[in-house]
Amino acid sequence: MNRFRSALMTIALAAVLCVSFMPVAGFAQANKIIVDGSTTVGPIAKAFAEYYMSKNPGVNITVSESGSGNGAKSLINGTCDIATMSRFMKDEEFKAAVAKGVYPLGTVIAVDGLAVIVHPSCPVQALTTDQIRDIYTGTITNWKELGGPNVPIVLISRDTNSGTYESFEALVLNKQKISDRAEYVGSGGAIRSRVQSTPAAIGYVGLGFVDKTVKALKVNNVYPDPATVTSGLYPIARPLFMFTNGYPKMGSHLYSFLNLYLTQKGQQIIEEIGFVPVTKY
Amino acid sequence: MQRQLLISKGARRFNRLGALFGHSLLGAIASSSVIALLFIFYFIMRDALPFFRIEGVREFFTSTHWYPSRDAPEFGALAIFVGSALVTLGASIVAVPLGILAALCLSDILPFSVRQVAKPVIEMLAAIPSVVFGFFALVVFAPLLQTHGGSIIAAGAWIVFAPLGLVAVAVSSDAAASRLPLKARAAGRVGAAVLMGSLAILALLALTGFLNRLPVSTGTNAFNVSIILGIMALPTIVSVSEDALNAVGRELREGSYALGATRAETLLKVVVPAAASGILAAVILGVMRAVGETMVVWMASGNAARIPSPWFNVLEPVRTLTATIAGDMGEADQVTGSARYHVLFAMALCLLAFAFIMNLVSEYVVRRSRKMRG
Repeated sequence: MNRFRSALMTIALAAVLCVSFMPVAGFAQANKIIVDGSTTVGPIAKAFAEYYMSKNPGVNITVSESGSGNGAKSLINGTCDIATMSRFMKDEEFKAAVAKGVYPLGTVIAVDGLAVIVHPSCPVQALTTDQIRDIYTGTITNWKELGGPNVPIVLISRDTNSGTYESFEALVLNKQKISDRAEYVGSGGAIRSRVQSTPAAIGYVGLGFVDKTVKALKVNNVYPDPATVTSGLYPIARPLFMFTNGYPKMGSHLYSFLNLYLTQKGQQIIEEIGFVPVTKY
Repeated sequence: MQRQLLISKGARRFNRLGALFGHSLLGAIASSSVIALLFIFYFIMRDALPFFRIEGVREFFTSTHWYPSRDAPEFGALAIFVGSALVTLGASIVAVPLGILAALCLSDILPFSVRQVAKPVIEMLAAIPSVVFGFFALVVFAPLLQTHGGSIIAAGAWIVFAPLGLVAVAVSSDAAASRLPLKARAAGRVGAAVLMGSLAILALLALTGFLNRLPVSTGTNAFNVSIILGIMALPTIVSVSEDALNAVGRELREGSYALGATRAETLLKVVVPAAASGILAAVILGVMRAVGETMVVWMASGNAARIPSPWFNVLEPVRTLTATIAGDMGEADQVTGSARYHVLFAMALCLLAFAFIMNLVSEYVVRRSRKMRG
């Protein structure tokens, strides 16, 4: 009897294990959209998702922020529908995608300016791109060289895993090596929190992360704001992408979600978060 | 009557088959962790070895240029190894003396009722998720270090060194007094304690006076992480070494008292030596926790791939192996299998090898202690 019961127990255990390891069904459902990628574009995607789900109950949109590179990877591996990216896809990523039968199609949904931020108490108001490059490559190491107090500059950078870093490297560093003194943090919010608590710090974040607790510097005498970014006057600016596998079927939820940036509400959302819409309604 | 006690052939076969099935299933479940470990080892080896084939061994271990994302990437990880070592050393300095002293207090000095409360509370520290520690280190501790830099370090020095000094004073005054004749012993002990205690306090004051003047330019540095990792390693060290001290047994302590030893003599010459291997195992476990911790170092160590100058300057940011693996994984190209991807596995292999060696050592030490206790 005892042995019989234990046999029954093990069978029940096995059944439970089998069920829990069964592949998750319904991954490719039409009313489920999975978004993955850049932490910069993430807030837009999240606000879009919230708005879209409130208008279309029954549609389920999940947004992850794991970095542009991870977004591309997910799209290539077929584990997401939209890869949000703060840079364009690289050659190798395109090749890997095509080899897997995925055709990545990029849509510019907004423009982002990278603001260079310092502590509010910092007397420096403006820098040139050359000066910023010299700071980040380690040629300028003290604020007194820029007209500030005699304290060493604390460099804050996004991790090399982020699209923000790659844009900064491309737009400012001009292929030079970043100083080995640079500290790396994992998100724009973390850069802001480091800069607002460190008087000697300098950092760079997307326009959406600039608020009153930090001071954004003029670059080449242009203040970063939506007008100067869209007009192309502000030198450190870049487009933000949503990549899909081919163009989505017209009328599908994916199609309407992707094109949300063209609607008035979509542009309002983009502006509210602090980015610049591509078109003006 | 006898026939009824026998089970029919069919039923017996069913029972035997059921038992066999159950045994093999449970056996598979039981061995799954071993299989998982083998798989981890296999996959890390598989992805780590190509790195050494592509880039060679020399640059990885001797260069400090860590530029994995450039067009001409450089994979010098020496600064990262130094960062890991520095942070681990710092955490050990914080956690080991404090942890062992706390364990001694819990097992031999504090009354039983206090211990019943204190030990579970200390063990609860181990249940706090590391991201909470990391958030605290980044948002609370780092700005605090920047604004009150030196005085915080001085306070830290007091917390770590004051208990050590107290024990040293107690022991040495005890030892000094035991040479005096019986009548003068109590007075001599007090006198020696006062003398040595004031000496120790003076030394600490001098040290903290120096630390107080240290400027801290960035709060996310090796010091910050060492303190937090030390706190995280504490519960392991306290709990395991307290168990070891308790396992020494009442007979040994009573025997020592019966021979006329004081409490300090009993503790330091009988109890601690008897529990030494258990304490060593506790230290190794605690250090392993500090080495393997990822979230705290990624959030609060600054992650600058650079050997501090001079090398023991814990007030500069450092980058550790675990943080590098966590931070660089996203962009490392898994699809094309670049060197940038494989270098992370090479680092993981180094960490695994270190963990393996430490585990072997602790296993050996624990086994030896069991043998000694019989």
